[in-house]
Amino acid sequence: MTKPRVAFFDFACCEGCQLQVANMGETLLDVLQAIDVVEFREVMSEKSDDYDVAIVEGSITTPHAVERIKEIRRKASVLIAYGSCATIGGVNGMKNNFNLDDIRGSVYGEQARYFETIPTRAIHQVVLVDYFVNGCPVYIPEFVKVLKSALSGIPYRVPDHAVCVECKLNENECMYDKGITCLGPVTKAGCNSWCVNNGNICYGCRGMVTNPAVDGQKDILEKHKIPLAWVENKMNMYNKACEPDREARLNVEKR
Amino acid sequence: MSRNVKVNVEYLTRVEGHGNIVVNVREGRLEECRLDIVEAPRFFEGMLKGRSIFEAQHITSRICGICSCGHTLASIQAAENAIGFKPSPQTVKLRKFLLHMETLDSHILHIYLLVAPDLLGVKSFVPLIATHNEVVRRAIRMKKTCNDVCDILVGRHVHPISCIVGGFTKLPKEKEIDAMLTLLRTLEKDMGPTIELAATLKFPQFERETEYVALVNDEGEYPFLQGDIGSSDGLRVKKENYKTVTNEFIVPHSSAKHTRASRASYMVGALARWNLNGGKLLPKARALGAQLGFKPLVTNSYLNTAAQLVECVHCLEDSIQILEELKKDGIDERETVSVGLNEQGRIPVKAGRGVGAVEVPRGILFHDYEVDEQGKIIQANCIIPTGQNLNNIEHDMRKMVPEILDLSDEEITLRLEMLVRAYDPCISCSAHFLNVQFINR
Repeated sequence: MTKPRVAFFDFACCEGCQLQVANMGETLLDVLQAIDVVEFREVMSEKSDDYDVAIVEGSITTPHAVERIKEIRRKASVLIAYGSCATIGGVNGMKNNFNLDDIRGSVYGEQARYFETIPTRAIHQVVLVDYFVNGCPVYIPEFVKVLKSALSGIPYRVPDHAVCVECKLNENECMYDKGITCLGPVTKAGCNSWCVNNGNICYGCRGMVTNPAVDGQKDILEKHKIPLAWVENKMNMYNKACEPDREARLNVEKR
Repeated sequence: MSRNVKVNVEYLTRVEGHGNIVVNVREGRLEECRLDIVEAPRFFEGMLKGRSIFEAQHITSRICGICSCGHTLASIQAAENAIGFKPSPQTVKLRKFLLHMETLDSHILHIYLLVAPDLLGVKSFVPLIATHNEVVRRAIRMKKTCNDVCDILVGRHVHPISCIVGGFTKLPKEKEIDAMLTLLRTLEKDMGPTIELAATLKFPQFERETEYVALVNDEGEYPFLQGDIGSSDGLRVKKENYKTVTNEFIVPHSSAKHTRASRASYMVGALARWNLNGGKLLPKARALGAQLGFKPLVTNSYLNTAAQLVECVHCLEDSIQILEELKKDGIDERETVSVGLNEQGRIPVKAGRGVGAVEVPRGILFHDYEVDEQGKIIQANCIIPTGQNLNNIEHDMRKMVPEILDLSDEEITLRLEMLVRAYDPCISCSAHFLNVQFINR
């Protein structure tokens, strides 16, 4: 059997999710026995136009990127969106909180016209995506699971329940009980409540669950006297680019 | 020699981020020599506007996956300066240790996986799995060990979780300090063969003296986290006045801004740090420098990779010392800090401006924030090491290309790619980078 040809590509991102691959240690050598990595610019000079699986990191933020991702989609039989920037826009989405000309001008001044930019979009907002690996950065055990699914041609379902479920199993003290805003109640699980385990809050990097317990969340906020604006402000950090998706979904539900 | 050379490398590989090299030699005369930065701009400075100073670290860590701890520490330093918060000695010690782990991790990735393939004549580490299996295994094992230490210390290396403004949300327990010490002792065993391998690597000959810029201080310590800005041309500037050193300017072919200080360009990174502070390295690292024939000033930019190896030895030795001290003195868990956007006003805020200047793996990094009385960011500026090196790389290329015109197109291209890689450029960071484009040879 010939090994599937896998290529890594990146758009606007920090390349930290690709680095997570190099951080797998000697397990990486086992993975490399199952696949043939034909392009991975961050660590390889080899290049190829002939691949079966495209693993794409980063969000789409320029007209050139739109054309490039369409080309990758045409060539790949399987496309995996890899990391928050690719799956939900991630921190790049914060740009959409601003007027684009203003933000360009504030960073590059009079030379702003050299720096072409469009509103940040997640990969699935431009082309069809077959698999999603959420997280900022990706959680390697989940990536291995997705890769196995993709290579065996079976679907992978991203958990669509709240981070709180995993957090409870990890026996963390609830952030709200400490009077602290946390996005765990509305964010997709699958990270093993990584941040809360380490004393920080959930920032929503895996995206919002499809059917958040809105009333329950409101009760929690009321109980702890936390203004909704604080939660919305946090949601804007990773989830801004996906706002149009949610609005579209709500419109369908209304009808 | 009347020769035409056109180099056009699109999307330079084995670097972090996107850049192209363009060289045009017509009838033996260098007409054009550029490093184009084509990374999509991400507008971090703009996105920070209106955000709480307590959120800045979480956001700016995402500028770069490889030096996310370095961005974290520069961001925290700027934030704490702005609101007038002074970190405890225990916090500073743990931050130095975290920065050492990132420097080690990043340097090992660069030396083994990004540079060694050039010196061994292959395109990437992948063919080395068959020919140099033990070397590849050692490299990823060392890298993983640094990561495992970061997992214990701050939750993970890429985008650290527990290191925030004010201190740490989780402090290592005694048995965790023991676990980190055990990991570093195994890393120590791999450092010997690493040094032996490095001694066999041959770097290209090339000399061009430039200005070297790095943190300097009056203490005995090789500075990574604290100090003034110093240079080999005699500059000594307080970090708050970094703009008098960087003098940023925009060039049309690059989405990264360029910099210059006392002369046309300057260099930052491991070689600059060694040139300014080499005498302050711990004994084993100093001895390795001597063994490699380092004498100030080292003016061959390719040797930045060798200087990184010297720093690996230093960082490992210092990390073990720090852990042994922490083990002896014990960790004060009462210093654990809470997150939450300062919602409970645990750390008082005031209006002000703060600058963070930190030596991250690729050189000196600046974060500069101005905040209002509620601690909201009014103005943010980040100056990245790779951005500071771009101008110097172009000046290196301009001197080097006429010197190597007797080589073939392929050899010239490789020499240029290797030069750029020696700087260990991190283009995502600076795009605010690599491909060689030969035009008309």
